[in-house]
Amino acid sequence: MKYIILLFLTCLSLCLSQALLAQTASSDPPAEAALVPSEPPAPPSNVRVSDLANDDGHGIRVTWDLSPDDGAGRSSVISYDIYRTLNPNDPDSLWKKVGTVVLGVRTYADRGEREPGSGSYLPKHTNLYYRVYAVGAGVRSAVATAGPAQATDDWFNTMKVPELIFCLVFLVLTVRFINMAKKGIDLYVRPLAGIEAIDEAIGRATEMGKPILYVLGIGTAGDIATIASFTVLGRVARKVAEYQTSMIVPCCDPVVMTIAQETVKTGYADAGRPDAYKEDSVYYVTSQQFPFVAAVNGTILREKPATNIYLGYFAAESLLLAETGVLAGSIQIAGTDQVSQLPFFVVACDYTLLGEELYAASAYLGREPLLLGTLKAQDYLKAIVLVCMVALLALRMITGADVISKPFDAPWW
Amino acid sequence: MKRQIPMLILSAVGTLLVVSVFIPSARHWQEDASLYFDIIAVFAFFLGGGNLIRVHAEKVSRKSAGWIYSVVTLLGFGIMLVTGLFKIGNPNGIAGDISQAGSYFQLLFQYVMSPLNSTMYALLAFYVASASYRAFRAKNTEATILLVAAFVILLGRTALGVLLTNWIPAQFSVLQVPNLAIWIMNAPNLAGQRAIMIGISLGVISMSLRLLLGIERSYLGGDN
Repeated sequence: MKYIILLFLTCLSLCLSQALLAQTASSDPPAEAALVPSEPPAPPSNVRVSDLANDDGHGIRVTWDLSPDDGAGRSSVISYDIYRTLNPNDPDSLWKKVGTVVLGVRTYADRGEREPGSGSYLPKHTNLYYRVYAVGAGVRSAVATAGPAQATDDWFNTMKVPELIFCLVFLVLTVRFINMAKKGIDLYVRPLAGIEAIDEAIGRATEMGKPILYVLGIGTAGDIATIASFTVLGRVARKVAEYQTSMIVPCCDPVVMTIAQETVKTGYADAGRPDAYKEDSVYYVTSQQFPFVAAVNGTILREKPATNIYLGYFAAESLLLAETGVLAGSIQIAGTDQVSQLPFFVVACDYTLLGEELYAASAYLGREPLLLGTLKAQDYLKAIVLVCMVALLALRMITGADVISKPFDAPWW
Repeated sequence: MKRQIPMLILSAVGTLLVVSVFIPSARHWQEDASLYFDIIAVFAFFLGGGNLIRVHAEKVSRKSAGWIYSVVTLLGFGIMLVTGLFKIGNPNGIAGDISQAGSYFQLLFQYVMSPLNSTMYALLAFYVASASYRAFRAKNTEATILLVAAFVILLGRTALGVLLTNWIPAQFSVLQVPNLAIWIMNAPNLAGQRAIMIGISLGVISMSLRLLLGIERSYLGGDN
């Protein structure tokens, strides 16, 4: 009884504090100050317009020299307003305001939409004219106009050169290791306890005569973590069919459910037991996060599965699911690429696949040379990234130059 | 053929989308692809709804364990479907927005769905407590380090942490518990997180490449 009273008092005090806070906030005087129009600031000068580089042809860059009253002179400039039109002779009312930047800024990228019906549509290959005003307190400067400029599309994004090099190196390494694997060279892959435990966990479920619960997370079929989970699900389904035990796969997304049904069905067929597949074993619950958790937790507590496997995209529900699994006494194997959820899985599950291990799981389970080749390439690339990071850091400490972010901030030619 | 065609579609679409990252003119391909995905997902929702009704109706008809929950599920599904589809109680009638204030759908969402969602979320606090209790038992060196770090952070985030160590002189301020907590979060914790994130990024690329090249086929069941 005393706990109920304590809980009630806690809730009451929380409500009262909320009410007090709300009252305090509402009694604050409105932070509005009447703007007194002053003398207009001097306009910006030397306004230039040019095509925005590395875009899809719907962007213009506007640059200008600062108003003499921006940070100097009367210091009356607050911001700059940028306007656009198709005809320089249009009256003021037809010039469309496209953006505002604060004082001190001398450039603006006007990125428009490509759909003609869109409100911010910016046409390709069409003469465009721009006006820039310096804005003071309730007043604006005389106009500074520039144009015409035409937006054109680019065929290669020069900002993406580092990414392209990275992808090519990875591709070369992958092909090389796949060839090595095909030639029969043994590729060592460090053991993953979580993956090695899957067979043991399925065996335990068979001995106990209880089902295996496999949760693919709350991601969509487009999430790479969910795709990685499908690859493991196929192999788990085959093992489950071989061991003649049962599995439950509740899904949070109808597309995921459809793919999971096909994956499990094929797993059973590959094991030579297509008749053992039960269509109801893979079912849709709901797309809502917490109702999904409530349903799965209910299943865990009612069915008491011997093994729970959580692989995929997880958010706040990770701990709710894993703790319920602990209460049910299940062996639990989890894996996700959500860094913030990993600690919850680590404390509540018996085995956890940390980030990349989730993606390696399928290759590790299959032990096929082709898959192991990509894993090896990944390891080597990680080593290259580490060496580059240490080298760039050392270079930065020695020279003081921003050698780390600069290659990614500017076009390469 | 059943496996080759999906793999072909995946490789073609995946390669095009990778290429579109480097070609600004083709950037809209990504939006178009996600639009197609949404269109397919709409049809899948029918499958999902149908599956839900079939699974739970079977449970009810067989009176299997926990069938009463299936009745609740079917009732909830039916009520929300009817109130949403026919916009019952919607002030603007059938043409009104589904989330219009005053409509039964909106009322059910606001007064049934949202409180239930919040209740589930609130359970997290108790689950964190029980998980922490298990994790913080100093069974070995790693668990002891975890316990000490967690204790410093817990203390550092409270007024007690400030009170206990504000006597430490400014030149040794890093030893004050709140600063120690900040250091743990910003140095060892962040370094560990970033290491995992780099691994994840490489894993994503590797996984994508395996799928695009058709090396990874286990999701189609055809890995042998």
